[in-house]
Amino acid sequence: MQPATACASSGLTIPWLRRCSSLRVKCSTSQRAHCASTSTADTAEPIEPIEPIDPIETDPEPDPEPFKLKPLPYPFNALEPHMSKETVEYHWERHHRGHVDSLNAIIQGTEFAEMELENMVLTSYNEGNPLPFFVHASQVWNHDFFWETMKPGGGGNPSGVLKYLIERDFGSLDELAKEIQNAALTQFGSGWVWLAYKAHRLGVGNDINPRPSKKDKRLVVVKTPNAVSPLVWDYYPLLAIDVWEHAYYMDYENRRGDYVSVFLDKLISWDVVSYRLKNAMFRASKREKMEKREMLLDKMKEATLRVKVRPTPKARPKMKRRQY
Amino acid sequence: MVLQLVMAPNWCGCGVASANSTKISTNAFKMSSNRFNFSKPYPGRAYRVTAYYSLTTPPYELDALEPYMSKRTVEIHWGKHHNEHVERLNKHLKTSAFYGHTLEEMVKATYNNGSPLVEFNDSSSVWSHDFFWESMQPNGGSMPKGGVLDQIEKDFGTFTNFKDEFTFAALSIFGPGWVWLYLKKNERKLAVAPTQNAISPLVWGDIPIIGLDMWEHAYYLDYKDDRSAYVNNFLDHLVSWHSVMVRMMRAEAFVNLGEPKIPVA
Repeated sequence: MQPATACASSGLTIPWLRRCSSLRVKCSTSQRAHCASTSTADTAEPIEPIEPIDPIETDPEPDPEPFKLKPLPYPFNALEPHMSKETVEYHWERHHRGHVDSLNAIIQGTEFAEMELENMVLTSYNEGNPLPFFVHASQVWNHDFFWETMKPGGGGNPSGVLKYLIERDFGSLDELAKEIQNAALTQFGSGWVWLAYKAHRLGVGNDINPRPSKKDKRLVVVKTPNAVSPLVWDYYPLLAIDVWEHAYYMDYENRRGDYVSVFLDKLISWDVVSYRLKNAMFRASKREKMEKREMLLDKMKEATLRVKVRPTPKARPKMKRRQY
Repeated sequence: MVLQLVMAPNWCGCGVASANSTKISTNAFKMSSNRFNFSKPYPGRAYRVTAYYSLTTPPYELDALEPYMSKRTVEIHWGKHHNEHVERLNKHLKTSAFYGHTLEEMVKATYNNGSPLVEFNDSSSVWSHDFFWESMQPNGGSMPKGGVLDQIEKDFGTFTNFKDEFTFAALSIFGPGWVWLYLKKNERKLAVAPTQNAISPLVWGDIPIIGLDMWEHAYYLDYKDDRSAYVNNFLDHLVSWHSVMVRMMRAEAFVNLGEPKIPVA
């Protein structure tokens, strides 16, 4: 949970403000009503002095539910007839909730409880040697992502930048659908199929692109086993299809191909995918700028270290004054 | 009638007319000139006899395991999933170096000590599913008898202990997998182990005795996400101790399980 942030002008805590590290948090003018009504000194009553609280005695109890099950953005029967109410209900209520509960049980009281979910997924992956709660954290993240990728009355065609990139990287929407089908059918066992935005990164310390451009970054279709997601490979996921059998068995039995094609034709929300793409492109370019800046700073630092500085000025002969 | 050879045989045993032989036409015994040659039905054509795997049938009707495993589940599990594995395996075998291997050999070889080759998933699935159908019977479950019970009690303490361990292993699997009761060759005792995806104790050289499919397709239609009910029903009502006994008997040919307890008079 994000802690509530305080308004800069009045000092009151407002839960709906989002923390933004580079801007000073301030309420918008429309929400200044509370400032106007409470910040005048004339009407303020004298405040009673509060006794100082001993911090050790009032150590708060660890929150038993650091993560709460996020509600679905639509009712259970909204995706009928492509995904039945029973499937959605069981999937969300039993599987998704099960992961949330398991995650809470493991991280309650530890330092991981304050982390954001995405951060937790990356930390617990531990570069291929996952900690025990990785599967739960990752599945919670994946399922949140999955429910938001769908919408009632979904389907249609992508537009804008997403359409341009799909056509640039796959040829056409049909080619993309074919690749996604192929990935889903060749994923042996359980897993996920993703469309991700990939900025070419090698994953080593000095893989900074000195001249980054939009052409380096591509859309890719990837498939992951069990609970893994492309976050751990530093990709930006755009859409997710759950190919665990519990996601489609009651509606499609063993016909995974039919499930995926119905997902792409009737359930997917291209708006959400476009939004995520824009977000991903922004974050990728921001990251590149930051890294380029750091690289330049490092270079400057190196250059200053190489300059030789004399501790005392060189001894030169004194200049003779002409005697006029 | 006198039996006479029509043609003098040459060194290869087939009849070849030579210039010196006299051809006496009779209705007597003729050397296989009219018999249908099954290995070469169309003379003059080149042949290579090939054989592929086929889908084996479970030893009971598809609805025989009701109400613990519904007919629909068995129909789809066997008719679609198992069948798909067989077909994919055959497709691989058309071009694979493992053509002609027995299924067990292929499973062990394609596992490649942890870096499985492309045929592994399908061959192991076919073997495991064959094993799974034979591990069950209608009116199964209850207690094993005799030697099997003795061996289980020797290796697990009590029969209930074995059931608890089996259930715990089954529920500990994350994602698709199998749970096995198998005979360890080196330690000469029974043990329970869960495995991921399509792995079976064959890959590490031990002898499986019971296999239970914990992939979601095996139980989702009947039990949805209640895996413990599925495993308990399997142990109480479906597992075929008869086939366990047969498998143990076969395993004893490979593993010495100790001296039999012959009572002294």
